Amino acid sequence: MSTELTPLWEVFVRARRGLSHTHVGSLHAPDAELALRNARDLYTRRQEGVSIWVVPAGAITASSPDEKDAFFDPAADKVYRHPTFYEVPDGVAHL
Amino acid sequence: MYGNDFAPPEDAPGGGLLGEVEAAEAALREAAARARRGGPGPDEDFEAYFADVIDADQKIEPRDWMPEAYRKTLIRQIAQHAHSEIIGMQPEGNWISRAPSLKRKAILLAKVQDEAGHGLYLYAAAETLGISRDELVELLLDGRQKYSSIFNYPTLTWADVGAIGWLVDGAAIVNQVPLCRCSYGPYARAMIRVCKEESFHQRQGYEILHTLAHGTGAQKAMAQDALDRWWYPSLAMFGPPDGDSTHSAQSMAWKIKRFSNDELRQRFVDMCVGQAEVLGLTIPDPGLRWNDERQAYDYTQPDYAELMRVIKGDGPCNRERMAHRQRAHADGAWVREAAVAYAAKRADRKKEKVAA
Repeated sequence: MSTELTPLWEVFVRARRGLSHTHVGSLHAPDAELALRNARDLYTRRQEGVSIWVVPAGAITASSPDEKDAFFDPAADKVYRHPTFYEVPDGVAHL
Repeated sequence: MYGNDFAPPEDAPGGGLLGEVEAAEAALREAAARARRGGPGPDEDFEAYFADVIDADQKIEPRDWMPEAYRKTLIRQIAQHAHSEIIGMQPEGNWISRAPSLKRKAILLAKVQDEAGHGLYLYAAAETLGISRDELVELLLDGRQKYSSIFNYPTLTWADVGAIGWLVDGAAIVNQVPLCRCSYGPYARAMIRVCKEESFHQRQGYEILHTLAHGTGAQKAMAQDALDRWWYPSLAMFGPPDGDSTHSAQSMAWKIKRFSNDELRQRFVDMCVGQAEVLGLTIPDPGLRWNDERQAYDYTQPDYAELMRVIKGDGPCNRERMAHRQRAHADGAWVREAAVAYAAKRADRKKEKVAA
């Protein structure tokens, strides 16, 4: 049985209403339905979540660590994106 | 997300092994939050960058460069850890159908299910190092990778299920709690999950022994007998003494391991003495006594020659455990094939529908 036949799935669980889905791990399953069932057994045995997403690992494109700098640079040349860039005159309230 | 799922134990944050797990989890978040520069600079070699990440107590992640030996060591350690969880289902599984009450049976079922889950978390962590789970399973089935020596001992009575929970899972936790701070991110995160669940196992095992030890004379004798048989194999779980441990020094330099085998073994003995007193059971070691100078217990070392024999395949249950796993794998082949064929058929139908 080769790995291609039971592909890897990445599992995301949302803990409670209002929170976002968080990556919790991965598992092998032949199809999405079994992946979902296994994810329920594997990652939500103790009420860890109310919603599960499974995604074939092959469908995910990841950024590579060498391009981290350029990729995630918080745009130092675009300081105007931050509210602290703007000067508020004295005496102005609620701004 | 994961920290909220358990009712806080009485020794919550700051105390006991669970407190250490919580602290490791907090440290993991802090390390991630600490600002540090991105990838290695263009003129910087990968090795220096790797050393720098380890020095800074940051985590190595799957797509980071790492020395080949670091990768190999981690694959070996994580895989054998995963195999242990899988083989470890057998000794306890042996008592599922014979558990003395429905409650005990339900608990044991939940526990064995957890062990399967731990195996899968760990296989998933190993896979991030570029090896497939199928390859790892092959290595186990061929006997080219090992699992913990402890699971080659038989479970002869119901009390053994308690002794496994208290001693074997207890030793595992002592071993695994420092791994929550291991330098490889996926392994550290898996260990945090595993340790939290393992604490439940240890407590349920202790409760079984406590109930037996405070029951009839025959029950107490059964509990004592289980302790007598599992004590030394549990001590041996920490591996050979520091002088003979082949991988220790390098693993410590890479911050995979944080404490030596002997340090962890001592910690385990010191923990168990008080716990055995509360049980009213006697640890089967005439050499066990408090050493005021060292502020630790002196104890008799396990028989390391026996440990080596068991690791090499000549323990009481090695053949049985392997045969069972190989049989389950071979007998399950047609089920796996059916699942794959069904998935392929459904995928084809979907395609046809889209085309139509």
